[in-house]
Amino acid sequence: MFLETILIALREIRRNVMRSSLTILGIVIGVAAVITMVTVGDGATRQVANEISSLGSNLIDIYPGQSFRGPGGTRSAASKFKIADAEAIEREISGLAGVAPVNGRSAQAIRGNDNWSTLITGSTNAYLKVRNWTLADGRPFNDDELRAGSAVCIIGDTLRKQFFGGQDPLGTVIRLEKISCRIIGVLKPKGQSGFGSDQDDFVLLPLRTVQRRLAGNTDVNSISVSVLDGVSTEKAKADIERLLRQRRQVGEDEEDDFHVRDMQEIVQTLTGTTRLLTTLLGAVAAVSLLVGGIGIMNIMLVSVTERTREIGIRLAIGAMEKQVLMQFLIEAVVLSCFGGIIGILLGIAASAAGAGALKVPFILNVGIIVVSFLFSAGVGVVFGYFPARKAALLDPIEALRHE
Amino acid sequence: MMADSLAASENSGPLIELKAVTRRYGSGTAEVTALQGIDVRIEQGDFVAVMGPSGSGKSTCMNILGCLDTPSSGRYRFKGVDVGGLSRDQRALLRRHYLGFVFQGFNLLNRTSALENVELPLIYRGTGARERRQRAGQALAAVGLAGWETHTPAELSGGQQQRVAIARAIVTDPFVLFADEPTGNLDSARSREIMDLLTVFNKDRGLTVVMVTHDPVMAAYARRVIRFRDGYIENEGGREADHVS
Repeated sequence: MFLETILIALREIRRNVMRSSLTILGIVIGVAAVITMVTVGDGATRQVANEISSLGSNLIDIYPGQSFRGPGGTRSAASKFKIADAEAIEREISGLAGVAPVNGRSAQAIRGNDNWSTLITGSTNAYLKVRNWTLADGRPFNDDELRAGSAVCIIGDTLRKQFFGGQDPLGTVIRLEKISCRIIGVLKPKGQSGFGSDQDDFVLLPLRTVQRRLAGNTDVNSISVSVLDGVSTEKAKADIERLLRQRRQVGEDEEDDFHVRDMQEIVQTLTGTTRLLTTLLGAVAAVSLLVGGIGIMNIMLVSVTERTREIGIRLAIGAMEKQVLMQFLIEAVVLSCFGGIIGILLGIAASAAGAGALKVPFILNVGIIVVSFLFSAGVGVVFGYFPARKAALLDPIEALRHE
Repeated sequence: MMADSLAASENSGPLIELKAVTRRYGSGTAEVTALQGIDVRIEQGDFVAVMGPSGSGKSTCMNILGCLDTPSSGRYRFKGVDVGGLSRDQRALLRRHYLGFVFQGFNLLNRTSALENVELPLIYRGTGARERRQRAGQALAAVGLAGWETHTPAELSGGQQQRVAIARAIVTDPFVLFADEPTGNLDSARSREIMDLLTVFNKDRGLTVVMVTHDPVMAAYARRVIRFRDGYIENEGGREADHVS
């Protein structure tokens, strides 16, 4: 009996292509909207995560002073790190891929008549490893240069473009404030960071060069550490904290006068934001799916009235109540499933286009496709039931008399 | 279950028997009595014309005979089974298996081919696709519409539409065909074709026909006429002698 009823419902749908397509329009738009919002949102989340991980995977940054999120106060009072701190971390903590002490500042770079405000970073070759930089050309610092604090530098891609265009910058001397510096290497570009700043806009110098010739001190402003793959960032973080508390003689009951921040935290904060946005947009789209369901009910109700005579004929020739109910219910469900499928295809196309336009990766979320399909089928059942019941309970005599 | 009990009662009494049947609509002071207590017997193979002015109760009687309605009091036995005691769905099954209907306004499904219209009762009976198509084709051929299977009602004349409706009614080989003014929307030539068709089915297949009509010419095709007036049966007389055959 079920098969016959499906057959009847399919015949009715096929017979009324115009009415059927109008009925499913709401569902089509709703499903397409949900899928587009979620897919593009997922892409944006992935993009943010990717950009942050391009800063350096398993990266831990250590700053003197308390966390910027905690109550301030002691930050300025906290003493800076020294090279020895970085060396101690490297020596005593296992599972680290690299430890880079950093002393950075912003400065003017000058070549001939060109003038460019950039960021000077004094560190070691470990910095390249920790921050995932690769050389496009030239070489890293050698030990002599690092020990002596020579006036050599490795420049980022932004500075290369600003000063040299297509020319080869290697061996050229540029001025960084009061020192003249020979370029020994050029870095491959990384592009914009997840924070919207230009990562390539910096110059790397040996740490000693910056300390002695520019800053005039022996301070280390921060230490960047990268953890080996497969080693817990949490554990490394805890080890570093313990070591630094000991070295800096922080008492049992005192707060740290430094803070250790791992990239995982930042990734979570930022992807959490985009994920929330995705959820919100998806929820708005889901409401439109619900409205689509009401549209189905509306048109099914009209169609029951319009088809009263047809229902009368069916009842007279021996259709049972539940067969008429099932016919209309199946019509509603088949229509809404059909709408769901069209919506899914449309949604995939729209999100591919959207991802392309917004330059975010296109990640198809199979879960949301399945969910929105099931939801549209559910909408068919829920909103098809009331009109179907109305049809099934018609009196055949009255229905046949209906004009 | 019901089909079994009907089959078992094959030879017990008349096909249709109404006893002291009344039908009242509404309640209290607004109550209207459409049937005042009527007795009707229709034997297997009979051809009965039901006549009477509007509001005389003939439509109400037809609805009860066709198991679309139930009596307020009295008894309706169809092949010995008390229809008054059946549920809505049981009456639907009874209609599906034993009754055929032809209406004044044809009542075919629009935008549906003649073949699909005729197939409809078989779909509800769960007949397989091949047998369904075959039987529907045979029924259309029996009403003289072989070759018109793919035409929709809009592409058929009134007479042809009514013949499709007759094919739909007889495709299940029912015991009784109820025809409610089957020629009411047709000219006299078309009407005679339809009546000839009903006569053929009645004579050749032993199909019992119960037909409501206003037209004495059409009533003359029947073996007997039941006349209604004010909810009573006015006279019930055999018309065998007047029958124009």
